[in-house]
Amino acid sequence: MHRDTAHLRLRQISVTFGDTTAVAPFDLEVAHNEFVSLVGTSGCGKSTLLNVVAGLIPPTSGTVTLGGHPVGGPGRDRGMVFQKYTLFPWLTAAQNVEFALRDKPDLPRRERRAEALDLLRQVGLGGREDAYPDQLSGGMQQRVAIARALSYRPEVLLMDEPFGALDALTRRVMQDLLTQLWEQHRLTVLFVTHDIEEAVYLSDRVIVMSGTPGQLRREIPIALPRPRNRDLASDERYREACAEAYEEIFTAADTALS
Amino acid sequence: MTNLVGQDRDSTVGLSRPTPRVPRRPGRFRRTASTAASVTSFFVLLGAWWLITELKWVDKLFLPNPAAVLTRLGELASGGELGEDLGVSVYRVGVGFTLATVLALPLGILMGRYRLWAAVFEPVIDFIRYMPVVAFVPLTILWVGTDDGQKFLIIFIGTFFQQVLLFTDNVRHIPQELIDVGRTLGLSHRRILQRIVVRASAPALWDSLRVSLGWAWTWLVVAELVAATSGLGYRITIAQRYLATETIIGYLLVLGLLGLATDQILRRLGALMFRTATPHK
Ligand SMILES: Nc1ncnc2c1ncn2[C@@H]1O[C@H](COP(=O)(O)OP(=O)(O)OP(=O)(O)O)[C@@H](O)[C@H]1O
Ligand SMILES: [Mg+2]
Repeated sequence: MHRDTAHLRLRQISVTFGDTTAVAPFDLEVAHNEFVSLVGTSGCGKSTLLNVVAGLIPPTSGTVTLGGHPVGGPGRDRGMVFQKYTLFPWLTAAQNVEFALRDKPDLPRRERRAEALDLLRQVGLGGREDAYPDQLSGGMQQRVAIARALSYRPEVLLMDEPFGALDALTRRVMQDLLTQLWEQHRLTVLFVTHDIEEAVYLSDRVIVMSGTPGQLRREIPIALPRPRNRDLASDERYREACAEAYEEIFTAADTALS
Repeated sequence: MTNLVGQDRDSTVGLSRPTPRVPRRPGRFRRTASTAASVTSFFVLLGAWWLITELKWVDKLFLPNPAAVLTRLGELASGGELGEDLGVSVYRVGVGFTLATVLALPLGILMGRYRLWAAVFEPVIDFIRYMPVVAFVPLTILWVGTDDGQKFLIIFIGTFFQQVLLFTDNVRHIPQELIDVGRTLGLSHRRILQRIVVRASAPALWDSLRVSLGWAWTWLVVAELVAATSGLGYRITIAQRYLATETIIGYLLVLGLLGLATDQILRRLGALMFRTATPHK
């Protein structure tokens, strides 16, 4: 799993809200086509960090660069999938995806629609394109949100606990779908989760964070072969990686409490 | 497949999602039952009125019986007064309310979206809003006289400031995440305002509009009671002078029915225009 040059680079990123420091100087490099997860206890600054990369929150100090260019705000080179369901309730599934493509001058209406339908098929929602969000389950809504984020072909996909609200079974299905999309679209993914098994199963690298203030505690490379499947559960290396991450998080939590 | 969807859907019920307005229709039974209940309450009210007058508990000078009121309304209708009064009042409310709304809507949306706009206007509007509208009646007469302009002005004063604050609140309550989606899509402030903020808050704005239309009517009648030569409120004042209680009560009924009808129509229109309610935080 050797990676060449860093694609996304966070240098000495720190964020303070008033007098609380949410993120202490933080460094991270993510290579092209790499899948990196951030795990850590609640409130350790994962969302804050992701929002900084998305350009939604300006960092108090430090820089984010993407492909060598500094990131100064939100932009279409990064796609974001939020934890909450963020589809527009007044639009159908297809219209929600098309919404992201509206201002592309080279894309006539009909092609836009065709592209949206194609993406919905890719996320397993073929045939549901005319359903409104309130007619879709939580898992289906997140599929649409993923399709929307992929529609404009961002270089990096940022995901903030996208499956956090889903039941265990739906979660698994979504994880496999994401892996598949990641391979197909050759995505670079920065993924935030509470779920260590999920992080290990999906990632090339798991970053364990400790709070507060949020900082990088440990990097765990996941050298498991791909394609991966659920048989991993009995794989020694998988279990070791999970144990290592758990250990880090618990000791981090202990030091924070003592 | 359908079964799975159904199950999946139940598991997400507890999450914060906009309550769908149309899809969760009450069943046919529940709907007819609730209509029946509404109609019944009207008949109970009517029955009580009739009973009180029939048993002569109250002098008919103070409370005439339903039949007398209906007869009087019939006379006023065929004589043309009712239609004329209605026409004048509807016109005044129409103009005053439209003026207020046309100005309050953009201002409220901007104040709900941008802190600077709120900082500039909110305290002032809050300040004026607490001044009793009735006290503006003599003032506006001094300013512009007693013609239609004064009625527009009273309706405007009574409606505009409240509307702005309602609209501001409507816009503030849409989820930040929807705006963040727009930002991550690279939309400009203006596009976010047009395509997300306005659209997301539209159902709530519509409801506020419905509520404020009721106030517009109240202030119109107040203005007409004090100084007017036409309109529903004017007729009520005249009726009081001649102790024509039937006319007063008849006109009150007309006002009530008018309010009920417009509100129902606006509700239906809202349901047609907006499939779901405004999502909120
Ligand atoms: N807008 C804000 N204003 C003030 N403090 C904030 C703000 N956003 C986050 N914080 C604080 O920053 C810290 C990190 O929050 P953040 O949401 O990034 O945590 P998280 O790791 O994503 O937690 P969770 O796993 O529960 O989502 C918390 O202590 C939080 O209270
Ligand atoms: Mg978070």
